[in-house]
Amino acid sequence: MKLAYWMYAGPAHIGTLRVASSFKNVHAIMHAPLGDDYFNVMRSMLSRERDFTPVTASIVDRHVLARGSQEKVVDNITRKDAEEHPDLIVLTPTCTSSILQEDLQNFVERAQIDTKGDVLLADVNHYRVNELQAADRTLHQIVQFYIQKAQKKGELSTEKTVKPSVNIIGVSTLGFHNNHDCTELKKLMNNLGIEVNAVIPEGASVHELKNLPKAWFNLVPYRELGMMTANYLQAEFGTPFIDITPMGVVETARCIRKIQEVINAQGATVNYEELINEQTLYVSQAAWFSRSIDCQNLTGKKAVVFGDSTHAAAMTKILSREMGIHVVWAGTYCKYDAEWFKEQVSEYCDEILITEDHGEIGDAIARVEPAAIFGTQMERHVGKRLNIPCGVIAAPIHVQNFPIGYKPFMGYEGTNQITDLIYNSFTLGMEDHLLEIFGGHDTKEVITKGISAESDLNWTKDGLAELNKIPGFVRGKVKRNTEKFARERGLKDISAEVLYAAKEAVGA
Amino acid sequence: MTVATEQSALNFECETGNYHTFCPISCVAWLYQKIEDSFFLVIGTKTCGYFLQNAMGVMIFAEPRYAMAELEEGDISAQLNDYQELKRLCEQIKRDRNPSVIVWIGTCTTEIIKMDLEGLAPKLEAEIGIPIVVARANGLDYAFTQGEDTVLAAMAHRCPDKAPITDTEKHERNAIQKLLHFGKKKEDVAQEESEYVDHQPLVLFGSLPDPVVTQLTLELKKQGVKVSGWLPAKRFTELPVIEEGYYVAGVNPFLSRTATTLMRRKKCKLIGAPFPIGPDGTRAWVEKICSVLGITPQGLDEREAQIWENLEDYVQLIRGKSVFFMGDNLLEISLARFLVRCGMTVPEIGIPYMDKRYQAAELELLEKTCNEMGVALPKIVEKPDNYNQVQRIYDLKPDLVITGMSHANPLEARGINTKWSVEFTFAQIHGFGNARDILELVTRPLRRNNNLKDLGWDKLVREEAKV
Repeated sequence: MKLAYWMYAGPAHIGTLRVASSFKNVHAIMHAPLGDDYFNVMRSMLSRERDFTPVTASIVDRHVLARGSQEKVVDNITRKDAEEHPDLIVLTPTCTSSILQEDLQNFVERAQIDTKGDVLLADVNHYRVNELQAADRTLHQIVQFYIQKAQKKGELSTEKTVKPSVNIIGVSTLGFHNNHDCTELKKLMNNLGIEVNAVIPEGASVHELKNLPKAWFNLVPYRELGMMTANYLQAEFGTPFIDITPMGVVETARCIRKIQEVINAQGATVNYEELINEQTLYVSQAAWFSRSIDCQNLTGKKAVVFGDSTHAAAMTKILSREMGIHVVWAGTYCKYDAEWFKEQVSEYCDEILITEDHGEIGDAIARVEPAAIFGTQMERHVGKRLNIPCGVIAAPIHVQNFPIGYKPFMGYEGTNQITDLIYNSFTLGMEDHLLEIFGGHDTKEVITKGISAESDLNWTKDGLAELNKIPGFVRGKVKRNTEKFARERGLKDISAEVLYAAKEAVGA
Repeated sequence: MTVATEQSALNFECETGNYHTFCPISCVAWLYQKIEDSFFLVIGTKTCGYFLQNAMGVMIFAEPRYAMAELEEGDISAQLNDYQELKRLCEQIKRDRNPSVIVWIGTCTTEIIKMDLEGLAPKLEAEIGIPIVVARANGLDYAFTQGEDTVLAAMAHRCPDKAPITDTEKHERNAIQKLLHFGKKKEDVAQEESEYVDHQPLVLFGSLPDPVVTQLTLELKKQGVKVSGWLPAKRFTELPVIEEGYYVAGVNPFLSRTATTLMRRKKCKLIGAPFPIGPDGTRAWVEKICSVLGITPQGLDEREAQIWENLEDYVQLIRGKSVFFMGDNLLEISLARFLVRCGMTVPEIGIPYMDKRYQAAELELLEKTCNEMGVALPKIVEKPDNYNQVQRIYDLKPDLVITGMSHANPLEARGINTKWSVEFTFAQIHGFGNARDILELVTRPLRRNNNLKDLGWDKLVREEAKV
């Protein structure tokens, strides 16, 4: 047992659901008790989905506990198949169903007899993997299933496209700025003269999966999602993959050079150096920024970085290599992938922190007192408490991290966005600091609207106690209204009763 | 008290139970704030923790007095000893927070692996010296607000059976009393006692924000009814005395277990009344309490009329419109009854669980209200099926759907107005003074529409191919 207040990565089924509901026309059925379908709320709220989230639950209740699910799961699968005609239904186990140890595979096989669509059981162990690992596994599982299905039917097209082409693997729903990154990556591929063969899982149909081998190479922009699939496609079809995240000026160039190498090895003759040079110097503002006076002022300032492997590693490199900022420590909650992370950032920070314990991270922030934090929503709140500005760079995230405006983190536009994010975090901190030195804003007192300066009214103790329970930002208004009410009625003492009577009278 | 339902003409149905609601462990979010010296320990998995952290939004960052005891594989397979593990965590909590009570929330997982929380608690309580209350608020058995019911039912057992001997001590014990007597001299208190009619002690149950507690207490005081205590109080150490023969009344419709516990175990007499939601409900609630205590209520007519008058601008917006409750928090019957009184029609009331005995007076008032307003009786659907409901919503085209967040945005995109149901649980909706807050919520989408009406973009999904 572990005492926990906060977790960075969600439970395994969330990962499975993220992958399943990213695909078009794939439905997930959770084998779960009432209330576990919270994923739907998150998807509907955070990413403001217009469509119903294609996830339902086959409810585990007391009866299921007593007699097993029996026909229930099979019925729910066939019912959903008839109602919505999905191409694929993914039966998703939860922590509850893991310990019930029902033979879910058997339900899947029985349901498959009556359904038009395909049915799969997500193969994830709740007590061993987290959201990210489960997502990676589920994507691999679905891709493998449809590749094998096409192989059996002889529909698999392994012949490469005429022009160089790519599969972008790992873009998913509820991923941090994933949809903006995806647009930016497509734009980048277009500039490089590379066709996008497929983007999975977001927006893809499972029928497209049989075309995956046609791409010249696979691009896995996020460390956490897609590596298993890329490895599988390489083992099966020899498709090379690139796992350099094009985030930051240097890494984007490195990614493009790798693409050049990979496609030239397959017979293309491209040279992207000119394009890299042009973009770096004139399209992206990040290189110029690093030269400017603004950035000079940031030299040697202390920062800390925490997030998932992809974003924390990329940010650390950008801060240290591209802006001359002193990264005191960089850390990730992806413990299972710690070796990779260490290798990526070791030369760009003093210290590496691998943990899932937000308390430890909070302490580490308090200890080094950085000028800015780059982390998740949790670190943002730590920053608030310690009065240190924070730029949010990774999940877990809130609704404000699903911006409507175009805000990629990847590619050349991504470098611009990141520059703004970093610079705004630091200047805000500076401004705060200056305000403190000069004694803060001096206008606070003057602004208050004094209405009852010489009050003839007496607030009784209980009245005052009630008044103090009212949130600060409306208290003044309530006080004024109540006093007005009392004056109109010639009351001298204001008790709790009078306060509520006044509230009713003004209908507030 | 509970006879009316048998002849009720209300139509009850029960569907598949495939609906969306919050997990009942969410009750820790408001109960830890209400009971200031408590600590809530949810014994469950990452799934439970993830839900709490996301559902509670910003509250999680305010150093909450709740935490997960996250079960690991070793706990599931009993390689680790439950007792030792819980002892370790509870000692840590005692060290860091020193609460007056630790509430263990049992979850689906503890049910399935049959962890004997009720058995472990007394032993551990004796060992560490902090009361441990066990509530099984799990998704196998309960929905959303029923979580509070399981906690309060467990707390009811901890209420002292006997009032302490001296009067002063009794006053010390009851938070409400203290609040009302705050800073007053003894003779003032004695004078105040005379403002009350002499009646059997009355204890109210249901967790409400403190300002609402004060309002309802004052409301009853106007009739000379004295509230001897409230379950839960602001602090665990201030739980009210509940002696055999006391009267009790519920303030929320989802407290059936608590009511049952108070009747059967504490030998109290339950006043079955409609709930004080809306001016009609509040009036009926006060009247019923008065009638049981043998008091003739004064001035309720004018009071209710005046509230309605203040609501008129909002009532105008919804009069004649229809509202569909998908059902997820058990407040549905009371809210529907109030909205019918406001002139709305209600084709369907979805509700997770319908206790016809505990809600008898409320159901009766609903039926009476419908008859008086001349509208059709609603269909009450227990354990609804959200998929079927959405189909019915497409057919009925209601003016407003009160629903959970997973359906709200998709319905809005299809041109159907929604109000997120969870807001009713967290807003102040009880008593005369808060009726406007309910309508503030209900009318918000309609007011939004009035502001945006000529823009022509109310349907924002592409025409789907008909299936």
